[in-house]
Amino acid sequence: MKKLIEIKNTTAGYNSTVVLEDVDLLISDNDFIGIIGPNGGGKTTLLKVILGLIKPFKGEIEYHPVNAHKKPNIGYLPQQFYADKKFPISVDEVILSGLIRYEKFIIRYSKSDKEKVKEVLEQMGIPGLRRKAFSELSGGELQRVLLARAVISSPKLLLLDEPNTYVDQRFENELFNYLKKLNKNMAIVVVSHDAGIISSYVKTIACVNKKLHYHPSNEINNEILKAYNCPIDLITHGKVPHRVLKDHK
Amino acid sequence: MLELFNYDFFRNALLAALLSSITCGIIGTYIVTRRIVFMSGGLTHTSFGGIGIGYFLGINPIWGAAVFAMISALGIEYFTKKAELRNDSVIAMFWAFGMATGIIFIYITPGYAPDLMSYLFGNILTVSARDILFMAVLAVIIILFFILFIKVIMFISFDEEFSLTKNIPGKLFNYLLIILVALTVVVNIKVVGIILVLSLLTIPQNIANTFTRNYTKIILISVVFGFIGIITGLFGAYYLDIPSGASIVFALVIMFVIAKILKRIK
Repeated sequence: MKKLIEIKNTTAGYNSTVVLEDVDLLISDNDFIGIIGPNGGGKTTLLKVILGLIKPFKGEIEYHPVNAHKKPNIGYLPQQFYADKKFPISVDEVILSGLIRYEKFIIRYSKSDKEKVKEVLEQMGIPGLRRKAFSELSGGELQRVLLARAVISSPKLLLLDEPNTYVDQRFENELFNYLKKLNKNMAIVVVSHDAGIISSYVKTIACVNKKLHYHPSNEINNEILKAYNCPIDLITHGKVPHRVLKDHK
Repeated sequence: MLELFNYDFFRNALLAALLSSITCGIIGTYIVTRRIVFMSGGLTHTSFGGIGIGYFLGINPIWGAAVFAMISALGIEYFTKKAELRNDSVIAMFWAFGMATGIIFIYITPGYAPDLMSYLFGNILTVSARDILFMAVLAVIIILFFILFIKVIMFISFDEEFSLTKNIPGKLFNYLLIILVALTVVVNIKVVGIILVLSLLTIPQNIANTFTRNYTKIILISVVFGFIGIITGLFGAYYLDIPSGASIVFALVIMFVIAKILKRIK
């Protein structure tokens, strides 16, 4: 296990409102962390802190190896697509945008980049969409295209914000199985309101409700949630094991 | 009709038509797809303050407008992103403040402002050789900037947050682009006027967008349609003896309607 990113004693928020307080989290290279917590608890804010989109009020984010100074390559799937759905851009261009890096922002794509687009779209089960205009996509297709954009650069870390908001049940299972496969090569942090579904795929769980409580296992039940002051409804998918777990601090 | 080409002012007008369709075609595509048309409209009107100051100081009002518009562009960009203010409210304040500044300075300038109307409503036949030079330099800068950075510009416009996660200096590009918008607006004031300049920045792009969803093609088609619109308007103004700025806008709107009808039929 190699350390990727370490968040130390970090407090962050918007304007003057504190959303996250004294948060610690270590992400290592083969982690698969599920982040659960109530609405407004700071799940998305945590992802944005990791991405460097929000500067924390206090604390530090350490990227490893420490002397690298630069953020590792991070793939990101936002919760909702707030950008312009009508923007004149094709599906393959959207996915290619996942490959841009600051060092070469005069961008030319190579043949292998375009091959990668084909590959990713095939893995995603949507090979026919490559030449389509972005504005013609349905909600589910859009989600998959954005996921393709997030993973095409083979990032070291993949951050997914509620990837199951607008996909149907069938793709939800496909999606998590796909993530499991990706997890062999990259760390994954997935935010979900549905603790039930992610608990069967993730390795560990973090509950975020202003504070962060890390639970180094994927077993989760209502007692744990209560103990962590994590007021969410545990939606049961089949039987959720109800057993006594080791004590955590 | 050919005898028209013997006149300097007419040759200047043709050159202005070409350069203005290039600058507006490219920058217009940026503001339309980025949905900052209202911001650009605000910027245009704000630049009137610079025109007033130019009259007052006795310098070329276009220089006044250029400086004023650039400062306002940076101000609008800064206040809409940084301060906790609503985007459209900031724009409206700049808009009104700029117009008010222009009115006050023109009022306190002794004498009569002779070509005030041509700044407000444009007159492509009054474009001077110096204006052409200014336009040409800007056109070259814009063309180079877009050739080098078109993908980055597209990705920032499409999804700014995502481009920031890829370490792209989004803020820097936002500031550079808004300055190019301001300068484009200013150099085109002589062609269609402050009040009508938005037409060249939006109508050709929306005509192009009815036929293609490719960013680069929208730019190229906009340049062509912008040019056709300005030339048609110019001749319309000559033969019908109407103001050229308004007749250019008419030509563009008619082309837009025809494009929409053609799209329907297809």
